Amino acid sequence: MSLLLRLCEWLATTSGSIALHESRYMYLIVLSVHVLTLCLFVGTAAIVDLRLMGLTMQSVRVSEVMTRLLPWTAAGFLLMIISGALLFYAAPLLRYQNIFFRAKMVTLVLAGVNVWVFHNTVYRRVAVWDQDPVPPRSARVVGGLALVFWVVLITLGRMIPYQVYWFDCNRQPQPAIVNVLAGCNTDSR
Amino acid sequence: MSLFEFCERVQYSPLLSAMRSSSWVFPLIASIHLMGLALIGGALLVVDLRLLGLGLRHQPVAQVARDAERWLLVSLLVLLPTGLLQFMCFAATKYYYLTAFWVKMAALSLALVFTFVVRRKVAMAEETRMNPVWSKLVALVSLSLWSTVAITGRLIGLP
Repeated sequence: MSLLLRLCEWLATTSGSIALHESRYMYLIVLSVHVLTLCLFVGTAAIVDLRLMGLTMQSVRVSEVMTRLLPWTAAGFLLMIISGALLFYAAPLLRYQNIFFRAKMVTLVLAGVNVWVFHNTVYRRVAVWDQDPVPPRSARVVGGLALVFWVVLITLGRMIPYQVYWFDCNRQPQPAIVNVLAGCNTDSR
Repeated sequence: MSLFEFCERVQYSPLLSAMRSSSWVFPLIASIHLMGLALIGGALLVVDLRLLGLGLRHQPVAQVARDAERWLLVSLLVLLPTGLLQFMCFAATKYYYLTAFWVKMAALSLALVFTFVVRRKVAMAEETRMNPVWSKLVALVSLSLWSTVAITGRLIGLP
């Protein structure tokens, strides 16, 4: 059994996790905060991405759009991470063995890499193209990729609770590929 | 035909029955609805923040409002059809009885009228002639109305 799986199993036995899992309102409140924060986090990020693609606020400098809006995006991200971590904590094992959750975490890392690469390459030379109504191709690609990542993240997040209908570890037999991807523990059966 | 009969007819029409028989369709439509939620959040927030003197505060309000309006319309084009489909899927067995849904529809109507009539007029007006207190009030009303739409929308999805 993997270390992560054991960690999740242990997390699930902590009193905080059980309390959140069995709470009447708290879990739903955290879930609602997580969903509604989309407006702040992805909403402001999308405006920045659209500016990078030259699709909005063409007369405003790119650096201006970024410095004014990204603090709001960052605040949204913080709320997302906190509420998301609590949603994980409420059902660690169920999330860990959820294909959509796993894919979402991978996508989140890829989205982060996209942002990191942008800030360390294309954005370093922003002074050259700051005023361009339509930024250079590299910036447009980063903006477009980011939008694709948000779309994928939202879809995968929405699919997480539907796992039980399709590829639940507790509903065997499942195709081998599903068991591998979801990290189902099939030895003990 | 009563409202309930209408909801029944919609929900049990062949197209909607076919849609319900697939377990993928509903969550996919809901996902697209959430993408619209994110986008409308951005398009509304940039203008409301600007009216409050936050965010893109060095740009003229009218320009921010004009730039954002296009994406506000795009988000509505995403939200309204996907919202309508979700309503149609369970019109008679869920939405008809749900207070949150009817409150959302009322708040949505108010929010749309307020945004495209009042807020638009204030945002596009000559800034120097606009009392900043009015701008802030308009932003707060807009944020409250749309928050009501979002929160009641979230309540519809709760168990």
